[in-house]
Amino acid sequence: MKDKTMDIKYDHHLDEQTRLKVEVELAKGKKEVFNLDQLKSGGYIRQRQKDLFTVRLRCPGGRVPFEKLKKIAEAGSKYSRSDYIHISVRQSIEIPYVNYKDFSPLAEELAEVGQKIASCGPRVRVPTACSGCEYNPNGLVDVQKLCQEIDQKYFGIQCNHKFKISLSGCPIDCFRTNEMDLGFQGAIEPRWDEEKCIGCRICGYACREGAITNDPETGKPSIDRTSCLYCADCIRACPTNSWEEGRKGLVVRVGGRHGRHPVHGSPIAVLLPEEKMGPVVEKVIEWYNEKGKGRGRIRIGDILREQWSDFLAFIQPTLGEYAVRDPEKPQHITIHSFQTGWTPEYSVIEE
Amino acid sequence: MEERKPDAHLDLRGVICPINFVKTKLKLEEMNAGEILEIVIDSGEPMANVPRSIKEEGHKIVQVDRVDNHFRLLIEKS
Repeated sequence: MKDKTMDIKYDHHLDEQTRLKVEVELAKGKKEVFNLDQLKSGGYIRQRQKDLFTVRLRCPGGRVPFEKLKKIAEAGSKYSRSDYIHISVRQSIEIPYVNYKDFSPLAEELAEVGQKIASCGPRVRVPTACSGCEYNPNGLVDVQKLCQEIDQKYFGIQCNHKFKISLSGCPIDCFRTNEMDLGFQGAIEPRWDEEKCIGCRICGYACREGAITNDPETGKPSIDRTSCLYCADCIRACPTNSWEEGRKGLVVRVGGRHGRHPVHGSPIAVLLPEEKMGPVVEKVIEWYNEKGKGRGRIRIGDILREQWSDFLAFIQPTLGEYAVRDPEKPQHITIHSFQTGWTPEYSVIEE
Repeated sequence: MEERKPDAHLDLRGVICPINFVKTKLKLEEMNAGEILEIVIDSGEPMANVPRSIKEEGHKIVQVDRVDNHFRLLIEKS
């Protein structure tokens, strides 16, 4: 097969091109004039090559039905000057090397199977999620379902800066909810029924957190709730179902991000019921947009670091009894320890 | 409760994860539903993993006894 990328060259005079305004047809018959950098907000990301863009597709939770995948392959190979797609770090399929003159026919062909284009820039991005509890043995909560709900309701909402949401089905947290502006992670509280317990000690061995101790004589367990991670290992291991599911819900983390100077998000709620996820998303975005007024490109984590107690007071009524008591504010993680002169204060001045 | 007489035995002392579970699974496949398999596994990692896997396969652990540093499990094939 011929490698299409062999024909592709860099263009070294791109700065000039970004200042130019060009007429672009994003949908059939709808021509608009854009500065080429502006197209990023619609999921069209400018490349190093003149007139060429990467088209980012909207794939919430990284779940792409075969029907859509076939169409993406078909339309992608037709309009891309490359012979591949790129899978972004946030689970979206990206079609690189597309000429802006082809946006309309590409989008139209993808729309035949309901495949939408994603977005970039200062807004709520496509949410990401693991496979959740549907078929992953570790999964505790159906985060795929919740991810689709977030995508449907909140995708594309304007913010000061990018706003990333992810969901993990269990405390292994593959989707790094602590690195997101807002993250939800599945959790299950174990409940013990003494009647069913045969004192076998399996739960004490199954618990990887050292939270369960079995009585040396009877083998009956006692649990230290301060060490419990809500992973449900004890429930899965118990041969008699003496350990069973108690409350099921979400750990909520806020204020995280990756990038040049990552911030470690803070857990603000534990075992939050699924139906409260939407209200939490809305409230957090509401606070961010209110506090972000006139502040340009600033992530929520930076505002949270300045106004943490204000945020906690604002969000408390929505979290109710599930709120974490006196949570620590989001903290910077040092990944460039050689850069001894940098202080977190600089990160706020992003504009 | 009266102990049920095992129909088969597996001594898995010193057998590491996940080989211990694989051997258990293969043995259970040879057996009939309702029959009892007796296995002996080490404490520690095997005890953390093997019972859970057996349960996830749909079999029932009907008895667990501690013998020195090992555990004896009676499993009822589903």
